[in-house]
Amino acid sequence: MPAESTRPAAGMGEQLRLTIPADAQAVRLALQAASDSLLQSGLTTDARGTAEIVIAEALNNIVEHAYASTEGEIELSLIYENGKLTVLVTDGGTAMPGGRMPEGLMPEPDPVDPPEGGFGWFMIRSLSQDLRYFRSEGRNHLFFRLDADPEQKQSA
Amino acid sequence: MDLQTTARDDMLIVTAMEDRIDAAGAIQFKDRMRALVQHPAPRVVLDLSRVRFLDSSGLGAVVAVMKLLGPGRKLELAGLTPTVQKVFRLTRMDSVFVIHAEVPEGLRDAG
Repeated sequence: MPAESTRPAAGMGEQLRLTIPADAQAVRLALQAASDSLLQSGLTTDARGTAEIVIAEALNNIVEHAYASTEGEIELSLIYENGKLTVLVTDGGTAMPGGRMPEGLMPEPDPVDPPEGGFGWFMIRSLSQDLRYFRSEGRNHLFFRLDADPEQKQSA
Repeated sequence: MDLQTTARDDMLIVTAMEDRIDAAGAIQFKDRMRALVQHPAPRVVLDLSRVRFLDSSGLGAVVAVMKLLGPGRKLELAGLTPTVQKVFRLTRMDSVFVIHAEVPEGLRDAG
């Protein structure tokens, strides 16, 4: 899939674009900037919280996996229009295994020995809409949207 | 990671003073908690009322702390803010922990 076909047009709708080094501290600062920016988005408080979770998991995955053995940068773009948020994250790290996103199945909620990880993709998939990943020109592109009222999807 | 502790009756109350437990702070949180839970109180209550945001790394760290306590002691959570509550509910970890709306008062003073 060519990048240009799904990449949102830059310009008027774009509200925030950040390029950060791929490390956990920079991710924290980017999330704080995104959170501040989302205050202008028209999304509900609840939807902004959801957005921060999904963006955090997307960025953390890139730091931990795509750039597991190299350094590099992540570009984060937020676009809001008509009460919807569109997020595009790109990086120059390694491709996702098999060229596709992990299934993100829910880890078993074992009360005796509950899982300590494996929730990242589960949360991304549960909370986002129109989630897409593709590799183009040596870069990973992750795209998703968030509705104004994410609770509807969870209860569906 | 600033964690403040209060011992009250049978509880050790640990209040997280940071507004986020995330990938940048999860290991430090776990290490600090490992030291604090050496206190022998049978109940450990983690007050999360100041924590506005917790990601899957932070969630994993809270689960790890629960396991550190071992079978005879419980980790209880209190004061979950909306986004933190969402993470616990979505991952069904709200069924693994005893969760209080606010820090329990503990045993009433008989005097």
